Amino acid sequence: MGRYSALSLLRGAFNGQSHWRPAWRHPDPKPAYDVVIIGGGGHGLATAYYLATRHGIRNVAVLEKGYIGGGNTGRNTTIVRSNYRQEPLSRMYETSLKLWQTLSDELNYNVMFSPRGALFLGHSDADMIRLAEKGDAMRNQGIDAELLSVDQLRKIEPLLDFSRDARFPIEGGMIQWRGGTARHDAVAWGFARGADAAGVNIIQRCEVTGIVREGNRAVAVETTRGRIAAGTIAICVAGHSGHVAAMAGLKLPVESQTLQAMVTEGVKPMVQTVVMSQSLHCYINQSDKGGIVFGGDPDNWPSYAQRGQPMTLEGAVAQGLALMPSLSRLRMLRCWAGVTDMSFDGAPIIGPTPVDGLWLNGGWCYGGFKATPGSGWLFADSLAHGRPHEIVEPFSLHRFERGAPVDENGVGPMPNHR
Amino acid sequence: MLTIACPHCGPRAQAEFVYERTVDSVVPLDAEPAEAVAALFTRANPRGEDDEIWRHTHGCGGWLVMRRHRVTHAISAIRAIGPETLP
Ligand SMILES: Cc1cc2nc3c(=O)[nH]c(=O)nc-3n(C[C@H](O)[C@H](O)[C@H](O)COP(=O)(O)OP(=O)(O)OC[C@H]3O[C@@H](n4cnc5c(N)ncnc54)[C@H](O)[C@@H]3O)c2cc1C
Ligand SMILES: [Zn+2]
Repeated sequence: MGRYSALSLLRGAFNGQSHWRPAWRHPDPKPAYDVVIIGGGGHGLATAYYLATRHGIRNVAVLEKGYIGGGNTGRNTTIVRSNYRQEPLSRMYETSLKLWQTLSDELNYNVMFSPRGALFLGHSDADMIRLAEKGDAMRNQGIDAELLSVDQLRKIEPLLDFSRDARFPIEGGMIQWRGGTARHDAVAWGFARGADAAGVNIIQRCEVTGIVREGNRAVAVETTRGRIAAGTIAICVAGHSGHVAAMAGLKLPVESQTLQAMVTEGVKPMVQTVVMSQSLHCYINQSDKGGIVFGGDPDNWPSYAQRGQPMTLEGAVAQGLALMPSLSRLRMLRCWAGVTDMSFDGAPIIGPTPVDGLWLNGGWCYGGFKATPGSGWLFADSLAHGRPHEIVEPFSLHRFERGAPVDENGVGPMPNHR
Repeated sequence: MLTIACPHCGPRAQAEFVYERTVDSVVPLDAEPAEAVAALFTRANPRGEDDEIWRHTHGCGGWLVMRRHRVTHAISAIRAIGPETLP
């Protein structure tokens, strides 16, 4: 793998940029691997990358039914943050945020991590109390948080509607300055390039259609490109977790639902931070290309269709326009949807399953992009040592029957009320 | 948007309805603990047809059981909720 650098670009200028090579190979699957990872999204690719580069486990395949990053990794609104109250979530997402800070250097690939601030608006005294509580919880765990007055907010996001007769009056906010956005495709491509260079086989257009068991042990996968044996099988398929786990006879605490997003035409900088709200279900940020990216609620009913209903998107946009009226002049370029695996407490599920040799990394709901490097790091460590990393222990598949959910919002076992 | 035929009101826009949960999440009154845990916390979640409980919340308020495909969204059956439709 040639390193990308200013010098190599300059050298390329003299030979018509003919030095560029494909960033990863397209090998045929081998009959067997030490580890087979199902799903070539950010989580699967990051897991493979850290297995190969940190744990010396290089006989690894990542099997992707479509193209890498074509799932939720390439469909999300790219928000990265670690602002949680509960310690297990803070530890995991903060592990990830620390990795984001050096990820471009680590991968020699620009993932365009942009810590521009993750802002939550408060619209009532109740919102402000909750934001203050959350900020306190974060700071007690060594994570940055700053409570903002309306005057401070005006300087940061002047285009918000601060009038007293606004539909959602703004009373203040809380910001995590180290949060922000990253370029989602680049995350998949960077991890893929790094994993490939370390010996991992990335096999696209290879759908897993069955999991072969011998007794209680998973020993191989059936795929559209033949049977592949594996020492360990790791499921990293986001919205398809339930479908794939069912191939091994498992019924998971997840429900698959649609989450949508949209982007407008590109304009000059107008939204500085990632704007979210304690009481609304819309989040707004401006991509580096200038498009305003909008996201909202899940559709709240089960679907694998990867297409959303306009009603939900309309709701998110209406809220966004009420917060920032000047956005109403923009035209929407595209909207799209992904299938998210909504877990029963809103937290992910990472660890072994009741089937020997079969591990799961899923249940990321609508918030797993920010976890990509951390999830890969912790999952690779868990697979390499055959036990869950201490940080992911609280996210076991068995936490529900033990009465130990990690329920940040205190909602109870309601995947459609997250 | 789907058109959902409420057993009490006839065909209405999906916007009037709220999805509640799946039929496999209903806990039988005489369930053993393991059975109750499975019903509360796991779902078949098939990439195919499943039975779901919806409510005509912004209409008559009644519940219904809908058999629906999770990829095409095609509805193959709707029944009013009652002792015969639940486990
Ligand atoms: C609209 C939207 C907005 C979001 N916004 C944010 C956000 O702002 N911040 C945030 O942190 N998170 C966000 N998320 C969530 C985030 O995108 C996901 O949690 C995360 O990307 C999951 O990564 P992954 O690698 O697990 O899954 P994916 O990227 O979905 O990868 C899974 C892969 O598995 C493949 N696959 C599935 N079944 C099989 C099979 N049988 N055989 C082989 N391959 C298979 C799929 O094709 C897919 O490529 C958002 C999600 C959506 C849909
Ligand atoms: Zn009705």
